[in-house]
Amino acid sequence: MNLSSTYLGLKLRSPIIAGAGPLTNAVDSAKRLEDAGVGAIVMPSLFEEQIDAEALATTAALEAHMDSFGEAISFMPEPEEYRIGPHDYLERLGQIKKAVGVPVIGSLNGCTRGGWLSYARSIEQAGADALELNVYYVPTDGDESSEQIERHVREMVREVREGVEIPVAVKLSPFYTSLANFALRLQEAGASGLVLFNRFFEPDVDIEELDTVSELRLSEPVELLLRLRWIAILRGHLSASLAVTGGVHSTGDVIKSIMCGADAVQMVSELLRHGPQRVTAINEEIAAWAEERGYANLNEMRGSMSMQRCPDPSAFERGNYIHLLQTWGRR
Amino acid sequence: MSHPMLATVDGNEACASVAYRLSEVIAIYPITPSSPMGEFADEWAVKGKANLWGQVPSVTEMQSEGGAAGAIHGALQGGALATTFTASQGLLLMIPNMYKIAGELTPFCMHVTARTIATHALSIFGDHSDVMACRQTGFAMLAAASVQEAQDMACIATASTLKSRVPFMHFFDGFRTSHEVSKIQLLSDDDLRFMIDDALVGEHRRRALSPDHPVVRGTAQNPDTFFQAREACNIYYDACPGIVAEMMEKFGERTGRTYRPFDYFGAPDAERVIVIMGSGVETASETAAHLVKRGEKVGVVAVRLFRPFSREHLMSAFPKSVKAIAVMDRTKEPGAIGDPLYLDVLTAITEAHIAGKAPFEKLPRVIAGRYGLSSKEFTPAMVKGIFEEMGRPNPKPHFTVGFVDDVTKLSIPFDESFEIEGNDVVRAVFFGLGADGTVGANKNSIKIIGEETENYAQGYFVYDSKKSGARTVSHLRFGPREIRAPYLIRRANFVACHQFNFLEKVDVLKYAAPGATFLLNAPYGAEALWAELPREVQEEIIARKLRVFTIDAAAVAEKAGMGNRINAVMQTCFFALSGVLPREQAIAKVKEAIKKTYGRKGDEVVRRNWEAVDMTLDHLFEVKVPGQVTATRTRPPVVSEAAPDLVRKVTAMMLEDKGDLLPVSAFPVDGTWPTGTTKWEKRNIASEIPIWEPDLCIQCNKCAMVCPHAAIRAKMFDVSVNGHAPASFKTAEYKAKDYKGMQYVIQVAPEDCTGCNLCVNVCPAKDKSNPRRKAINMASHLENKDREKVNFEYFLELPEFDRSKLARFDVKGVQVLLPLFEYSGACSGCGETPYVKLITQLFGDRTIIANATGCSSIYGGNLPTTPYTKDRHGRGPAWCNSLFEDNAEFGLGIRLAVDAHAAEARRLVAQLGGDLGDEIARTILETRQADDAEIELQRLAVKRLREKLAGMKNPTARRLSEIADYLVKKSVWLVGGDGWAFDIGYGGLDHVLSLDRNVNIIVLDTEVYSNTGGQASKATPLGASAKFAVSGKAIDKKDLGLMAMSYGHVYVASIAMGANDNHTVKAFVEAESYDGPSLIIAYSHCIAHGYDLQYGLDQQKRAVESGIWPLYRYDPRRVEAGEPPLVMDAKGDKIPVKEYLRNETRFRMVERMNPERFHRLADASQAAAERRVAVYQHMAALRMPVHTPAAEEPESEPVTEGSEA
Repeated sequence: MNLSSTYLGLKLRSPIIAGAGPLTNAVDSAKRLEDAGVGAIVMPSLFEEQIDAEALATTAALEAHMDSFGEAISFMPEPEEYRIGPHDYLERLGQIKKAVGVPVIGSLNGCTRGGWLSYARSIEQAGADALELNVYYVPTDGDESSEQIERHVREMVREVREGVEIPVAVKLSPFYTSLANFALRLQEAGASGLVLFNRFFEPDVDIEELDTVSELRLSEPVELLLRLRWIAILRGHLSASLAVTGGVHSTGDVIKSIMCGADAVQMVSELLRHGPQRVTAINEEIAAWAEERGYANLNEMRGSMSMQRCPDPSAFERGNYIHLLQTWGRR
Repeated sequence: MSHPMLATVDGNEACASVAYRLSEVIAIYPITPSSPMGEFADEWAVKGKANLWGQVPSVTEMQSEGGAAGAIHGALQGGALATTFTASQGLLLMIPNMYKIAGELTPFCMHVTARTIATHALSIFGDHSDVMACRQTGFAMLAAASVQEAQDMACIATASTLKSRVPFMHFFDGFRTSHEVSKIQLLSDDDLRFMIDDALVGEHRRRALSPDHPVVRGTAQNPDTFFQAREACNIYYDACPGIVAEMMEKFGERTGRTYRPFDYFGAPDAERVIVIMGSGVETASETAAHLVKRGEKVGVVAVRLFRPFSREHLMSAFPKSVKAIAVMDRTKEPGAIGDPLYLDVLTAITEAHIAGKAPFEKLPRVIAGRYGLSSKEFTPAMVKGIFEEMGRPNPKPHFTVGFVDDVTKLSIPFDESFEIEGNDVVRAVFFGLGADGTVGANKNSIKIIGEETENYAQGYFVYDSKKSGARTVSHLRFGPREIRAPYLIRRANFVACHQFNFLEKVDVLKYAAPGATFLLNAPYGAEALWAELPREVQEEIIARKLRVFTIDAAAVAEKAGMGNRINAVMQTCFFALSGVLPREQAIAKVKEAIKKTYGRKGDEVVRRNWEAVDMTLDHLFEVKVPGQVTATRTRPPVVSEAAPDLVRKVTAMMLEDKGDLLPVSAFPVDGTWPTGTTKWEKRNIASEIPIWEPDLCIQCNKCAMVCPHAAIRAKMFDVSVNGHAPASFKTAEYKAKDYKGMQYVIQVAPEDCTGCNLCVNVCPAKDKSNPRRKAINMASHLENKDREKVNFEYFLELPEFDRSKLARFDVKGVQVLLPLFEYSGACSGCGETPYVKLITQLFGDRTIIANATGCSSIYGGNLPTTPYTKDRHGRGPAWCNSLFEDNAEFGLGIRLAVDAHAAEARRLVAQLGGDLGDEIARTILETRQADDAEIELQRLAVKRLREKLAGMKNPTARRLSEIADYLVKKSVWLVGGDGWAFDIGYGGLDHVLSLDRNVNIIVLDTEVYSNTGGQASKATPLGASAKFAVSGKAIDKKDLGLMAMSYGHVYVASIAMGANDNHTVKAFVEAESYDGPSLIIAYSHCIAHGYDLQYGLDQQKRAVESGIWPLYRYDPRRVEAGEPPLVMDAKGDKIPVKEYLRNETRFRMVERMNPERFHRLADASQAAAERRVAVYQHMAALRMPVHTPAAEEPESEPVTEGSEA
């Protein structure tokens, strides 16, 4: 069966995209992902902080003690040629692009409107077919209003949009007051698609050392439900592409996502746990499942369970809460 | 004549650029002030820059200058064009090979930044004592007097050596020329081709050793022939001056810059002439020109070619009219009839006169002057003083100039106020902090002005000897004419003070000319500034009619995200106020320069700098100067009234930058100084200091342990003595089973702390309700200083813990012992000094330290103040630095002397036995002195012995009383860095290890030559980028510990305080207690590793956890107990090596240059770490067979013959 989908205007042979992670960061594993049947590859994010921090730290390390002591003008050699910034990343992107036939999507992660946005252009020049803008922003400032935050993000999207020709997807967190409205505004600002949702690095607490501990945890299937709800809600409002990320682990998860309205899903944790070949299995299972039930292609199921079309739209609203409680009571 | 390229470069770069292009093989070793030449050569080679023949020269760093000279000798015998760069002690190490190279008539040119040789003291600065020590080697010696000449003479010397076959030493004054930045005309490749005759290069090659046309060189000769054969080279030396003159002429044709072996400047009818060599030529000839304009008949003979000394060329330089000559030497040969240049000139004149070949109408009076030792200023005023001295009816036949000699009365007077600088020269002086980027910005400004305008430009930079909080003074000149002024600015049109607190310490405005502009970085704003100035500063501003401008540069830099780097801000102010360039153009150029400097480091860095520049002018204000002084506050005294006489009269002058005013009588005659003087220099350089919270403290003493400056201390004391404590003095009850009921305190020395943060980072105690608050926290210096100062004074008054009662040798236990190493000038956060301090805490009152040259000798013994100090009994470490290369042997020698004294004292005690009282003698001879309690017993016994001896008149008693102190065990420590132990001093170190003497060796391993700026040593780890290993070192560090273990009888420990501090203490105690050689290799984080040193301890931990740095103790005593001698104290398998590497710029830079190489080297490093751990683990499981001597064999000798213990 034909599993092809269209995402950000790109033709994908499968709705399963290998999301940003270690597997998409090297030519070898990217090829294995392609061989396994992914529809596209999202490179790991180029972090704003990473670029600036590296530059500032290197400058400080080279300069901190320069020209301050008679016996040594400097304490570290400064080579004539070295590179700070996204050069390695861009090179790798170019290599992966050359090595695989599926679309390669670059990713930028940041939250300020600094010079880093210009890297969007570099990513395009390096050969990316699209760009995923990962708006990682934790609003800790009590003086900042939701309106200011949303305007800030919209302007970032607009700036990037104006700088590149390739489609731009925006990866969001679920923590916006009126996500439906905000999604529309982003679409107006030029977003070709939305990716729901970002999984923040959430620090844990070490109760012995009285310290915070940062650890990257793989996603769990239960995380999918939040995504499904919002894909289902947004599908009717937007013409932009929608992708689910976070919690997609099984064939059923992919099908549910598509039914709720996703054009594509991104998988990371499942592939890290079981290897790229997991995609092959899921693709086959989707095809088998769909064929068994008489679907000719994925478009037939896409959006069937969106809020707009599903039999009980209230399930995605507050009614869902009441319904669940009632069910609980009846048990 | 070609059209020259102009550029602003320093003397080192000017010289190296020629030397590099004319060489195929370069062998070097870092030494100040020549190190940058080697570094340039290495950089260019890494970049693939070709020499004149299209080949990239091979650049090799050797293990010492002796090694470099040997390698060069070999390269020359191999037919290569070779060069090297060196100075001072390094040059001395080359002398044996220099004789050989000259004896074999080998074309070769070496380049020397002439530097003082260590005598009563070491000095990194410039004079001719090193080059003059080579004048007998057979090398030709050609002197350059300026940055321009450092380039030109490098070319002339190389051209001359090829033709003459006499090897050349080309030299110029260390620092004054090597480090002066100046606008010069560059020599192009074509210029060099014009000078270098390829046919002569071919001849040199044809003389090479080759099995295709074999010869033998370096034979041994006998009395019958050696002498004649030695005379066979004479014709080459006879021809050499002529060849040099010819090359100089040829050079002049090409470049328009004509030199002669001896040049004359001044009146054609001069009667008084100075003969001088090196940078002094510039000052003397400019002054002479000034005086000639005033009608004086004076002149200067510049010595270019000192060897071979050409009488004929010298005679041709003098005008006939000369009546008096002063020959100026920049060296001192005590006991000689005169210094060397004087002797040669006098001999030449006398010989010429006798031969009837002297030009003079009458034999002139020749007097000898000495000037400028260790870069002592040599000014036009002094030159005028010399001319005046010559004009006196009875001038001093031998004199000195530049200071007052009130002992031997050799110095001549001069008029300090005399100056010759024209009004067309802009003179600017900048006071900056080492870390604020002032010097870098000024170098940048010189480049902008020198290369973007028609102006000539000159810059010279004065640094102090501290490695933290160091003050820099930049002297910049700009003008339409060539600047020939190799001396500091005395009257500046522009004075900038980039740090407000300097006004409290030194007289910044002494440099300001009347009507000058004064730019002050201050946090007060234009309105409030005046009221904040000390009275002396206000007085000078009014008296000199200065225009004052101010900016809060720190605020601007902070706003632009630049931290403490105020360089771009202050540079913009300078251009805006000085008017050297139109304002807009200047700012554009500053931005361009920023882009050029920081472009490689990323857009964000450039953006922030630009933002700082853009914000500057809106924050720059003129201060309205009132007509009168309003301040009542005066500058605080430099040192406390309580300081000893010498400190108040001598040290204080040095601290105030007035050392030049001290007369000879102020100084000790042999370089011996009292210890414990840093305590009088209250530097107040920290912006934040640690404050103790007793309620949270768990009393682990880790903070005191890691403090590099002994500025946070622990004390335990009896509650009864705490009666008159200041109200703010905080204490807690001591928490431990031993010493119950005692009081405990952690106290900061607020004026001595450098604010490095190590103590706070190591503190494990957190507030349970607010874990951000620890048991010590950094807080504002300004707000807490006064209170903590009073507390610290009280803390010092509290009785010290009695070391003989110490119950536990762990961090908590030993940190209540008084550190006898305090407030050194080491870097803030230094990784070496906590180890040094620990030695002094554990054994300081009976320690003698032999210190190899390097960081530890600079922070350990650089004037004005020194950190080793004494306890209340007046006991403390005695310290001496011999050389870099000989420290192991030097320390051994001290041990031999101590052992000899101790053995003799014991013999005499035994001999006097009954006369002393049997109990005293028995106690002294039988006390083992195994711990502090027993040592205290021994001290008491020796005290009683002395009392007895005082009443005895016989010679034996007198002899014993001279050496009785040696009956108390002495601890001899050999301290140095990896450059010493792994490289230059390794041969000696190895030999000392091979003996059985009780010496304790500590290698403060920073894995590079830290003091000279981070050059690779054999301790540099695999994968690290260092100078001479820029692309990442491909070979792993030498396993010095394993090599030492191979002897079997050496105690060896590898330690890292940040990973396991108790292990460090244990290793020190074991090493010291071992009656034989001990070697401790101590991981020392360093600024040359490229990260914020407040995380140094974390990085040490990572080094250990990744297996990069093993922790072990190899104790030969364990063999006898049937245990494996090696104990591994860390497994090194907790984290991958890359996790360690990625935190340091030295490794990360390799990744930035070449990610593939980084991964390859990191993998190799991982493998090496695993192999190392495997070897040690294997060894740690080995039980050695215990050898039991056969019954009939005679008893073996004791381990240490004559040991006093």
